Amino acid sequence: MQPFRTLTSVATPLDRVNVDTDQIIPKQFLKRIERTGYGEFLFFDWRKDPAFEINQPRYKGSQILVAAKNFGCGSSREHAAWALSDFGFRCVIAPSFADIFHSNAGKNGILLVTLPEDQVQTLLDRAATTEGYKLNVSLEDETLIDDQGFSAKFSIDPFRRDCLLEGLDDIGLTLRHAAALDSFEQGHNSKFWLAARSQ
Amino acid sequence: MAAKTLFEKVWGSHLVAEPANEPTLLYIDLHLVHEVTSPQAFDGLRMAGRKLRRPDRTVATVDHNVPTTANRIIIEDAIADKQINALRKNCKEFGVELYDVDAPEQGIVHVIGPELGLTKPGMTIVCGDSHTSTHGAFGALAFGIGTSEVEHVMATQCLPQSKPKTFRISVEGELPQGVTAKDIVLGIIGRIGTDGATGYVVEYAGSAIRSLSMEGRMTVCNMSIEAGARAGMIAADETTFAYLKGRRSAPKGAAWDEAVAEWSNLQSDPGAKFDRELVIPAEDLVPYVTWGTNPGMVVAVTDRVPDPAKAQSDSDRRSFLRALEYMDLKPGTAIEEIPIDRVFLGSCTNSRIEDLRAAAKVVTGYHVNAHVRAMVVPGSHQVKAQAEKEGLDKIFLEAGFEWREPGCSMCLGMNPDILQPGERCASTSNRNFEGRQGAGGRTHLVSPEMAAAAAVTGHFTDIRQWEFKGEEVLA
Ligand code: SF4
Repeated sequence: MQPFRTLTSVATPLDRVNVDTDQIIPKQFLKRIERTGYGEFLFFDWRKDPAFEINQPRYKGSQILVAAKNFGCGSSREHAAWALSDFGFRCVIAPSFADIFHSNAGKNGILLVTLPEDQVQTLLDRAATTEGYKLNVSLEDETLIDDQGFSAKFSIDPFRRDCLLEGLDDIGLTLRHAAALDSFEQGHNSKFWLAARSQ
Repeated sequence: MAAKTLFEKVWGSHLVAEPANEPTLLYIDLHLVHEVTSPQAFDGLRMAGRKLRRPDRTVATVDHNVPTTANRIIIEDAIADKQINALRKNCKEFGVELYDVDAPEQGIVHVIGPELGLTKPGMTIVCGDSHTSTHGAFGALAFGIGTSEVEHVMATQCLPQSKPKTFRISVEGELPQGVTAKDIVLGIIGRIGTDGATGYVVEYAGSAIRSLSMEGRMTVCNMSIEAGARAGMIAADETTFAYLKGRRSAPKGAAWDEAVAEWSNLQSDPGAKFDRELVIPAEDLVPYVTWGTNPGMVVAVTDRVPDPAKAQSDSDRRSFLRALEYMDLKPGTAIEEIPIDRVFLGSCTNSRIEDLRAAAKVVTGYHVNAHVRAMVVPGSHQVKAQAEKEGLDKIFLEAGFEWREPGCSMCLGMNPDILQPGERCASTSNRNFEGRQGAGGRTHLVSPEMAAAAAVTGHFTDIRQWEFKGEEVLA
């Protein structure tokens, strides 16, 4: 996983609440067996509209998406995180995120920044009205600033932060506890009422 | 000892490690696998040279992609075919049992888990699918995961998890006639919103929940994710044990009695504290129909399409207007006057035998409206076989429904079963997102009974007013 430290980029506004993962990447693109190549299908149906933000040349190359509440709800498809990251987004800012998307994003090196609704609204408005509007996000300092005087602290789970900063792989982290896992499993195996199949 | 919630009991018995400043490592008892969210996970294992730790705790089937037409051994969609073949190859290589298209056990992963007795009280269950919450109906802790987590479970049989908060939703009293498990959960989502339970595990309680069959409980837990919940759970009781007894993977003989004794403790203790509570009187619930593009946009069947002026915030108003435009509806239109083109009876929410029985009862003696195309897609081969044994297939076919092979089908339209742009569908599935059932398609979520009635009349119809013909046929 690519480590995440700081990022300065044009911000793309997506002022819609409850953006679900079916919109982020529609089902017809879930049949592929690879992890890459989903970027071109990001927001496939919405992108048919030339006015849709992601299509606008002014947001080209943007790596920061500013969204409204409950971003990433619905299906657990990690393809949504793959599509965002493959398209070039490395950070999404919103007032709230759905659970499974939250975890999928982290595992793909995408930083999710949660800020109060009024602050996000300010960013959405500025990104929509100011051509070339940029944000700077620092995960080390947990700060988000623009050049119009906006400055906010955000907080993120310290473990998730370390993983992003170092680009750590979860399985490797878990295997540090292999001895605990082996001994737990030995005891747990005797609980036949929790076995998948009857013996 | 402090009083514990059901969730805390299951959580507490699966703690592998609780490292400081890190998420807890939670042991996983059962991992259900399907074709769409697994290929990249198997690849990851291969690339890292890792083994699948517990094939005996892993079960795979094909459901999302498979055609639901007869003779489906040959899959015409080359990319879908490749994905299914990848699962076959992966299961063979890693020693995972696979219920393939033609296996008698095949079906939607959340239908077959319970049906085969794989799902048991007190277990932790995961699957790369958000509706894994279904299995919580058995007093299990079951939740959907992404593909990286699928790989993690394959490699380690555990998952790093932060501890969710608890939310008890009690539905008290007797359900009014015509109000189903689907209406309970639509009513709940309508009240708390699509993010109303984000960060929580919901325990459904109260006399109306207790009185539900296992299949009804599964319908309720299934849609927990539509309120944003990590999982939904219902305490294990006699109904749970009666359902499980004798199923293939359930313990037998003396082991059964011992297992029941273990499971009998799987309720929240009196006085257990929840982070949040909500009580809903059952008598307030009615048959519901969603009008918009998320499951929280829901009204009573006798109601009208709501007015965006009543939205609570600017952003809500905008999403409201967008939904109305997408759904091609005008505020103030009576729900019962909305004509439909398609009916889909199926999905992991409502494709079990009781759902089919209830719908068949409604259509007996009637015919599908001339303007409507209606299909029934049983949740599994077992459900299909049972329905055929009871003659339900004949009732549906005579009434003009299509009777198809099991799978996810038009719940998400990954296979050829999709809505055409602009088509309006009464669906027993769980998501009415834009394009969910096909690009440009318009989905209204309802109970199986309401879907069946709409198929006959060609528009949404209050099931409480339905004139049942020939109940004796099915008695
Ligand atoms: S039936 Fe629908 S919701 Fe259920 S597992 Fe299949 S696609 Fe997902």
